[in-house]
Amino acid sequence: MSAIKSMDGISRRRLLVGAGMGATALAGAALTGSEARAQDKKPPDAMEVLDKLVGGKKAKEGKVKVRMPEIAENGNTVPLTVAVDSPMTAQDYVKTVHVVADGNPNHEVVSIHFTPLAGKAELSTRMRLARTQSVIAYAEMSDGSVWSGKAEAKVTIGGCGG
Amino acid sequence: MSTARIRLPANAKKGEAVEIKTLITHVMESGQRRGSDGKPIPRKILNKFACDYNGKRVLSVDIAPAIAANPYIAFFVTATETGTLDFAWTDDDGTVIKEQSKITVT
Repeated sequence: MSAIKSMDGISRRRLLVGAGMGATALAGAALTGSEARAQDKKPPDAMEVLDKLVGGKKAKEGKVKVRMPEIAENGNTVPLTVAVDSPMTAQDYVKTVHVVADGNPNHEVVSIHFTPLAGKAELSTRMRLARTQSVIAYAEMSDGSVWSGKAEAKVTIGGCGG
Repeated sequence: MSTARIRLPANAKKGEAVEIKTLITHVMESGQRRGSDGKPIPRKILNKFACDYNGKRVLSVDIAPAIAANPYIAFFVTATETGTLDFAWTDDDGTVIKEQSKITVT
């Protein structure tokens, strides 16, 4: 009885409006909270990782070949070859090749630091792919220019989790 | 412990780019997997590979957990003179696994 009596003081409408606003404010706070958390957790994009590795230089398409099977049945071991078109002489050679996979939890795959003594700017290895994705390579030349190449692989069984 | 295998031609012509294939046994634990107790299995990988030819660097490779277990790395070297090729893999725990091969250049 006493509760109803105290409500007489405040009009019913004011009470409802007040409650509604409170709920909206609460919902808003919750939303910004989860958004902030999502931003904290969001890993850097594969292209951001590459840009950072080459120090923000602009990459031109070409010269770099990424070879891997179109369909990788087992993501645990996917053959990969990166080759860069370069004479590999003391004056003109490939300094570094960075390879990233855009669908892996950690985008980095390898960074290869060549010297002219490596007769060809080419390296083969085997990598893990978590899911169907693109593999992108950036090559930094001795003259400072950056070239890029890309390939895509369909992965049947992912190779990162357990 | 890890054992490494190197494959390269015993003889090469001067100036020729010869292919060198390397394979080493290693779990390459990525740090992404969870064990049967639900706890993450700590990362343990070989994070660096380097090859020197008569003391001169041919290449070095920074390796990420995305490289498959028992890492296979194949690359080229210009045969300049008869000598030795040194290979070194660096583990996350700091140990360095070394291997050496000889090459005859004619």
